[in-house]
Amino acid sequence: MTPVQDGYNFAYLDEQTKRMIRRAILKAIAIPGYQVPFASREMPMPYGWGTGGVQVTASILGPDDVLKVIDQGSDDTTNAVSIRKFFKKTAGVATTTHTAEATIVQTRHRIPEEPLGAGQVLVYQVPIPEPLRFLEPRETETRTLHALAEYGLMHVKLYEDIARHGHVATTYAYPVEVAGRYVMDPSPTPKFDNPKMHMSAALQLFGAGREQRIYAVPPYTPVKSLDFEDHPFRIQTFKDPCALCAAEGVYLDEVVLDDRGGRMMVCSDTDFCETRRAAGHRGAMLGTAPAEIAGEASHG
Amino acid sequence: MYVAVKGGEQAIDNAHRLLAAKRRGDPALPDLDVAQIDGQLALAVARVMAEGSLYDRSLAALAIKQARGDLIEAIFLVRAFRTTLPRFGACEPVDTGAMAVERRVSATFKDLPGGQVLGPTFDYTHRLIDFALAAGFAPPPPAEAEPEADGAMPRVTDLLGEEDLIERETADDRPPADLTREPLSFPAERDIRLQNLARGDEGFLLGLGYSTQRGFGRTHPFVGEVRFGAVELDFVPEELGFPVPLGTIEVTECQMVNQFAGSAERPPQFTRGYGLVFGQSERKAMSMALVDRALRAREFGEDVVAPAQDEEFVLSHSDNVQATGFVEHLKLPHYVDFQAELELVRRLRAEHAAREADGRPHYEEAAE
Repeated sequence: MTPVQDGYNFAYLDEQTKRMIRRAILKAIAIPGYQVPFASREMPMPYGWGTGGVQVTASILGPDDVLKVIDQGSDDTTNAVSIRKFFKKTAGVATTTHTAEATIVQTRHRIPEEPLGAGQVLVYQVPIPEPLRFLEPRETETRTLHALAEYGLMHVKLYEDIARHGHVATTYAYPVEVAGRYVMDPSPTPKFDNPKMHMSAALQLFGAGREQRIYAVPPYTPVKSLDFEDHPFRIQTFKDPCALCAAEGVYLDEVVLDDRGGRMMVCSDTDFCETRRAAGHRGAMLGTAPAEIAGEASHG
Repeated sequence: MYVAVKGGEQAIDNAHRLLAAKRRGDPALPDLDVAQIDGQLALAVARVMAEGSLYDRSLAALAIKQARGDLIEAIFLVRAFRTTLPRFGACEPVDTGAMAVERRVSATFKDLPGGQVLGPTFDYTHRLIDFALAAGFAPPPPAEAEPEADGAMPRVTDLLGEEDLIERETADDRPPADLTREPLSFPAERDIRLQNLARGDEGFLLGLGYSTQRGFGRTHPFVGEVRFGAVELDFVPEELGFPVPLGTIEVTECQMVNQFAGSAERPPQFTRGYGLVFGQSERKAMSMALVDRALRAREFGEDVVAPAQDEEFVLSHSDNVQATGFVEHLKLPHYVDFQAELELVRRLRAEHAAREADGRPHYEEAAE
C-alpha cells in the first residue's frame, strides 16, 4: 500500500503490528467481553488520550473506509479533531461527521444517538478496561475473578451504593454483563448509553492502549447492565428537550451561559443535533444561543 | 473556552503555531544547535536515550530541543519514533567486564584490580553556582596520564564470585522476553522486570530505591561497584553465523551487593541487585539495582510488605510515558461523565431535602 505520510506505513502502524492486533481482535470477538492482552505500541499521541482506540482503528482501517471520530459525542472537540487529522494524514481515508455515512466510528465517552447498523464498527477508547479494578487493584486477582465468573464484589458494591444513597451511585462506566458470561467495563460512557450496546447490529471494539487490553461485543450480542430485581437499572432522564433541536430522550450537555445561573441543555451528539435542525426541528433557544454553541446551523 | 463546541480545528492549529514560536524563544538570540545539546547537555541526552529505550544521541538531542527541555516529553518523542523502526535482531550480551572504563568506583573494597577510577563526576564538588560559567570562561584542559600496561578491570562481583561469597548469575537457554513485543503479565520474571526498570522513570525508581533504604523493604545494600564507559556491541547475522561488531555504546552499570541468604542446604551468600542504563546515569543505575533486589523478595522467600517489593505496583507504574499520558489526560473534556455525576448529586440532594422537610429518617433504605 502506498504510504500517505512519507516514512510511515498506511495508517501509521506496520503490517506486523496490525496483524498482531487483528489476532487480538478476533480472539476478543470469539470471547465476548473477555479482555485480551495485546502488545500495545507507543503511539504519537499520549497514553490516556485514545492510543488503544487508535491502534484498533489503524488495524481495521482500509483505504475505502469512511471514518468518524467523536469525543464527548462531538466531532469538534480537540482530541476528536486531533485523531481524525492523524488518520487523514497517515491513511488518507475519507472522514465524515455523519454517523450514518461512517463505516468506522471511533469514540470517547459516548455512543451516537442514531442507531448503528450492520457493517458499522464502533471503536471505543478505554482508559481502565477492568471493571473490577477499583474494587481490587491487582491484575492477578481480577483475572482469577473473571476466570471463575466470581462477580460478588461488584454486586456488593452496587448494594452498598443503594444502602448508602438509595441509588446505584455509578453514573458512567456502568458495568455490564456480556452474553451472560463476562462482566465488562463499557468505557466511561454515561449509563444512558448502555442500552444501545444490547443486541446492536454493529461490531463494538474496545481498545485500552496503556493497559494493553482489547475486548469486543460482536453484533447481536446481549448486553445487560447489572442490577437487582427490586432496583432495576435505570438510565438518566432530562426534564427538558434539547434547547437547539428539541430532541427528547437523548443525552444532553449542560452549558453554563453566564455567572448568574443561566444554563442551557443541548444535545451531546452534535451531528444528531445538527441533522435535526437541518430537518427543521427548532428548540426553545435556537436563534438566541451563542454562535460557538449553536454553530452555523442557527444562522442558516 | 478550551473545548469550543465549534471551531476546534482552527484553535488547535493556532495553538501549535504559538508553541513553535515559544519553543524558538527570542529570535534575536542564536538558535540552539542539536550538536550543542548533545555535547553540553550530555546527561539529559543520556536520560532521554535510556528512558526512550533508543540509543541515538543526536535524535535524543533533537527531541530535547523540540520538547523545549521537557525531558519526559522528549522521551515520549523518542519512544513514538522507536516504535516505527524495524527490528532485525538482538545483539549478543554485552561484556561490561571488557568495558573501556571512564569511571569505576567500589564501595566494598578499598583497592581492587584496576583501581578506583573517579572519572567525570559531580561527587565531591561543592554545589556552588559557578558564575564564571555564565561569563563563558573555558575550563582548563583535563589532566592526562599514560594508561596502565595491564588495563584489566574485572567486575567486583566476579571477584566475590570466585569464593562463592555471592550468588552466581546463571544464564538459562530461554530467550529473553521482550516487553515491547509482549504485554506485561504477572508474575513477571527477572528479565521482564529488568527491562521495565531500565526504561522506567528515574525519579520513580529513585523514590522507590530510597524507600528501601528507609526500611520499606530493607535489603542492606553495598555498592559493589558502579562503572561507566563504552562497551562493544556484537551482532550475529543469520547469514554469516559469526559475530560482527556494530559499534560501541556508553552504559552505566551498578552491581549492588545485598544481604545474604542461606538455608540448611545452602551456605550463606550475598545476593545481587543489578542496574544497567544507557549513558552516564549513576543515580538511575543505582536506583534500578536497589529496586531489582527488592523485587526479588519472592525468590528469596522474603515477605512482600513494602511498595518496592510489589512487582505489580512497581512495574505497572514505572513508565513515565504511560504515567504522564494518563495523568494529563484529565485535561481532556470529561463533561459527559461530569453531567452524569451532576445529575445524580442533584437528585440525591433533592431527595435529602425532601426527607428533611418530611422529618423522615435519612437512611431508610439502609435498613432493608
